[in-house]
Amino acid sequence: MSTDTHATPGASDAEADATEGRVYNVAGGDWDELVTNDEDRGENEQIVVNMGPQHPSTHGVLRLVLTLEGETVTDARASIGYLHTGIEKNMEYRTWTQGTTFITRADYLTPIFNEAAYCMSVERLLGIEDKLPERAKLIRVLLLEMNRIASHLGGIGPFGLELGATTIFLQSIRLRENILDLFELITGLRMNHAFVRPGGVAQDLPAGGIEAIRDFLRKAPKWIHDLRALIDANPVFVARTRGVAYLDLEGCMALGVTGPILRATGLPWDLRKSQPYLDYETYEFDVPTVDTCDTYGRYLVRMSEMEQSLRIIGQVLDRLQDRAGVPNDPWLIQDAKIGWPARLSLGPDGLGPSPEHIAHIMGQSMEALIHHFKLVTEGFRVPAGQAYVPIESPKGELGCHVVSDGGTRPYRAHMRDPSFHHLQAVSVLCEGGNLADVIPAIASIDPVIGGVDR
Amino acid sequence: MTTPGGDEPGLPARPGEEQTDAPVVRTGMFGVHGTSDTSGYGRLQVHGQPPIVSEPPYGGYFDAVAQSLGAALSADGSGFDEAIERVVVDRGELTFHVRRGHLVAVADKLLHDPALRFEIFSGVSGVHYPKEAGRELSAVYHLVSITHNRRLRLEVRTPDSDRHIPSVTNVYPAANWHERETWDFFGIVFDGHPALTRIEMPDDWLGHPQRKDYPLGGVPVEYRGTKVPPPDERRSYS
Repeated sequence: MSTDTHATPGASDAEADATEGRVYNVAGGDWDELVTNDEDRGENEQIVVNMGPQHPSTHGVLRLVLTLEGETVTDARASIGYLHTGIEKNMEYRTWTQGTTFITRADYLTPIFNEAAYCMSVERLLGIEDKLPERAKLIRVLLLEMNRIASHLGGIGPFGLELGATTIFLQSIRLRENILDLFELITGLRMNHAFVRPGGVAQDLPAGGIEAIRDFLRKAPKWIHDLRALIDANPVFVARTRGVAYLDLEGCMALGVTGPILRATGLPWDLRKSQPYLDYETYEFDVPTVDTCDTYGRYLVRMSEMEQSLRIIGQVLDRLQDRAGVPNDPWLIQDAKIGWPARLSLGPDGLGPSPEHIAHIMGQSMEALIHHFKLVTEGFRVPAGQAYVPIESPKGELGCHVVSDGGTRPYRAHMRDPSFHHLQAVSVLCEGGNLADVIPAIASIDPVIGGVDR
Repeated sequence: MTTPGGDEPGLPARPGEEQTDAPVVRTGMFGVHGTSDTSGYGRLQVHGQPPIVSEPPYGGYFDAVAQSLGAALSADGSGFDEAIERVVVDRGELTFHVRRGHLVAVADKLLHDPALRFEIFSGVSGVHYPKEAGRELSAVYHLVSITHNRRLRLEVRTPDSDRHIPSVTNVYPAANWHERETWDFFGIVFDGHPALTRIEMPDDWLGHPQRKDYPLGGVPVEYRGTKVPPPDERRSYS
């Protein structure tokens, strides 16, 4: 342990002590040892603790600056920006279709939601919302709801780990792994799919895809039930979460908080119900709410939402099987100037462009060659204007504000990420509570720094 | 395929494609510059879209929002036309272009008037339009009303030479980080913000990266014997 690190570089010990107070640089070791070696510290002195950005329980590179009086947090500030990757700036230099590849990496636990929010905004700009094929909507809803379960599990599992419960983590991740396997089967990747594209989705469900999801649907309810049996009434979990990080409806409104945090105050605000998109109004599901306004309530809401998502997935599968007889059922808009499906096939040297497609554009159809060439090199033009399509992500309202100047690239694309927005509530959730309650408070927001910093 | 302009010059090929005084956004068919264009379409001129100005009735709940806001503003001494530069109804979304001096008053009415009640502040998104002289920087606000289940967008423009917009944090505390982000990325100063500091970029960063005059950067990469230029130096079709 050393005490020679100062926030102001070059300042002498005396100068720094005068402006900042005594600075301790603690990385492991025994706290008692530090305190006994520094007896002139005086009593009841405030301590500023810098937690993160490299800390196992801040859900990534989130940094918290906590002012403590004893065990009580009197001031909590979140500091972000450690994972800023310039996704929005980069998208301005790629075509509209390539934008999906970037945006999927924002909140890496909800890649399908990022893609869907972006693509639906682009579709509104293009004016093709009505022309979206039925099958594309079904596949999108299917993937979105599977992703919702995976995201909630990715929030609850590590939350358990942060409270010291390895079993919760392992059970959650095991269940999530099944969904990622299904994603791999359908999109080819476990995350960062770039599967949703303007006008639909990149590919149809693979052979055996519906059966694999059916198989998952048979097993998942029991897994979720087991998880609930493990956590719901767990005395340690309940003691650490009930009444912790209280935020009531008034607070949520003032801070613009949406998602499970808002529904844990008793307000059933879910964009899938209130402002439906992708035909969500035709599905049968409930919006779970509790009125405890605390971390435990947010956990319960997430658990119930997973069960509701399973209901929706079952209904999508039924509809997909009803459509099995429809000949040439498209999953991408039937407009050769916009739709750019992934025409891939597995060759001896790996996945690549399908020989049939190459034969078609090189030998059979001049039109197809022109369209392919234009789409790949130039991309399509999007009429000038701006659009914002919000969807209900697992964390709250996720929207994408896209602006077009009429060109082949996004003029501006901005993700309104719920994690970014909700981290503003950290001070309200943590101040006045115990230091140990900061961890459940952060976990109850379920922030993913990839989405926060973008 | 329709013949552009038919026989008479200046006539649009389809309704809604009327050419206006708006500047030429590109010339030539493919928008390629700096190379010899052999397509024969080199003299083609594509004009920009004129700004949309919607007139009432706007349709749906948009009229109710505009009327309630007008009534609330009139009761306060200023009027709808004084505060709102223009109304745009485009693609089913309502946008109020607010004069920046009236932004806080408009936001206050939108939140507190019982007929409006836009409770949820959804964020600020900056946009930089370097070609629109005198109104280069734009801050776009998205609002949600849970009470009435409505959405609304506000847009405020400010010249690059005087990039100040009043902060709405006193009305909507949730605007705090969003305004910091817009300052960080676009350099718009939100007057009255409690602590307008950088949020994504390091504190000592120079410049505002999302502005169009800020380069993306990057180096050419060699791939299979050929050099691939960085993204911002590749051929652009816009």
